[in-house]
Amino acid sequence: MMWQLFLKEINAFFNQLTGYLLLTVFLIALGLVVWVFPETSVLDYGFADLEALFVYTPFVFVFLVPAITMRMIAEEKKSGTWELLVTSPLTNTQIILAKYFASLAVIFLALLPTLIYYYSIVKLGDPVGNIDSAGFFGSFIGLVLIGAVFGAIGLFSSSLTDNQITAFVIGVFLGFLLYFGLSALASLQRNNLALWIEELSLSYHYQSMGRGVINSSNLVYFLSVIGVLLAATGVMIRRK
Amino acid sequence: MSLEVKQLTKRYRHQKALDAVSFEAQSGQVLGFLGPNGAGKSTTMKIASGYLLPDEGDILINGVSVVERPKEVSKLIGYLPEHNPLYLDMYVKEFLDFVAGLYDLKGKSAKDQVKAIVDRCGLGPEQHKKIGQLSKGYRQRVGLAKALVHDPDVIILDEPTTGLDPNQLVEIRNLIKEIGRNKTLLLSTHIMQEVEAICDKVVIIHRGNIVAQDLLQNLTADQGLSALVLETEEPLKQSWFSALPALRQIHTIKDNELELLTEDTVQLRRELLAIVQERNLSLLSLKKKEKNLETIFRQLTQT
Repeated sequence: MMWQLFLKEINAFFNQLTGYLLLTVFLIALGLVVWVFPETSVLDYGFADLEALFVYTPFVFVFLVPAITMRMIAEEKKSGTWELLVTSPLTNTQIILAKYFASLAVIFLALLPTLIYYYSIVKLGDPVGNIDSAGFFGSFIGLVLIGAVFGAIGLFSSSLTDNQITAFVIGVFLGFLLYFGLSALASLQRNNLALWIEELSLSYHYQSMGRGVINSSNLVYFLSVIGVLLAATGVMIRRK
Repeated sequence: MSLEVKQLTKRYRHQKALDAVSFEAQSGQVLGFLGPNGAGKSTTMKIASGYLLPDEGDILINGVSVVERPKEVSKLIGYLPEHNPLYLDMYVKEFLDFVAGLYDLKGKSAKDQVKAIVDRCGLGPEQHKKIGQLSKGYRQRVGLAKALVHDPDVIILDEPTTGLDPNQLVEIRNLIKEIGRNKTLLLSTHIMQEVEAICDKVVIIHRGNIVAQDLLQNLTADQGLSALVLETEEPLKQSWFSALPALRQIHTIKDNELELLTEDTVQLRRELLAIVQERNLSLLSLKKKEKNLETIFRQLTQT
């Protein structure tokens, strides 16, 4: 039952030009940053390291992910097909999860080609294979998790309104707040409160994964943020 | 196979959309749900489908509560919402396969069921078209097919024939009639002929209250007085008729046209014709005013 909805969501994304356009723009943007722009290019950097990829992808994600998720609930509400889903045997939880996993699949698909970057650097390194693999995969998993958090943010904002553009704007705003806003806020002061705020921010946990260490507190953080957002989405779509 | 609405109350902020509404439909019955716009028809249907929650009361489908076990109920009912929401980007068959999947039909049984519904709803030639390309009549068929695909016992159709041309109207109506033969069907509409053609039972709702609820034949059967309208070339005087034994009331419509109310139309017609002959009037028409659903509807819902 959920599977059908999951497939439908993925189909809906790839049935329209916008889907391909989004992924293309995403990959071109990253490609330019990693390989072409002299200030960030790995080739000019001199070290076999993909830091640029991991620093800039969250920036692009802030926009890309809400664009993927914005229609998921808002559009269905607007066209009335939401009624069709809600009155089906699927529970609200199943609807949310099916849509959420569909967004994750698309995000993961968007990230997949960046593994080629890794392979290229492995080959380009001197000697060959001279790359911090643990750091790369730690960061890569971090990226997937950040995408997963943004996906939950996007789905939540899509549930707030029946207008896709509004959903997109809210999604971008919340993503920005959680990733950059909190750490910027924390940097204003140097006390315990600042430390505490810092620990709530996405970038803090993401960076700590980039060191190649995946510790449970980071995982707990990501999963609980996702859980809270999906639960909030569930509250938004309750029967009234 | 039954639908039972019990003391249903729903408020939107301060407005009471439904006020303790109760009615029921048994197996094999087609129940016409009538009322002016904003009377609470769609609200009732949305609650029955599990989309909205009532403030008080409940709806039982085959004895299962839609408030407590909406997901169980969703398998028992087929619901076509008012604006017939469809995924316009999907192909007809793809959409029906998707819906069959949502309702947990699997494998061969799902395939057969979708095929049967496609044939039944006359969608065969259109099944490989995109829903967005279909005409309104065909979209309505897709909506009906969607409501039927999981073979529910109770079917709820919210104004299934609005916006159709007269040919499509007849086609959809026949389809509904055929479906209604062995299911319980709740149908809301504004078209009185439709109710007269399809429905067994009628519920009329006005401002969230039920104002009439009866079998169609009882509702349209003569209750009390019926009216005859007499028209002649010459002007008519009420006094000529006042002595007739079968006459109860008399109204002047025009100079040469009178409305006469009676319990026994056959007897009154005889008496009237006698007077026409006696006074040597030239009769233009003498007709019985049909008491149809439309007049009843307007009487009950005009305030």
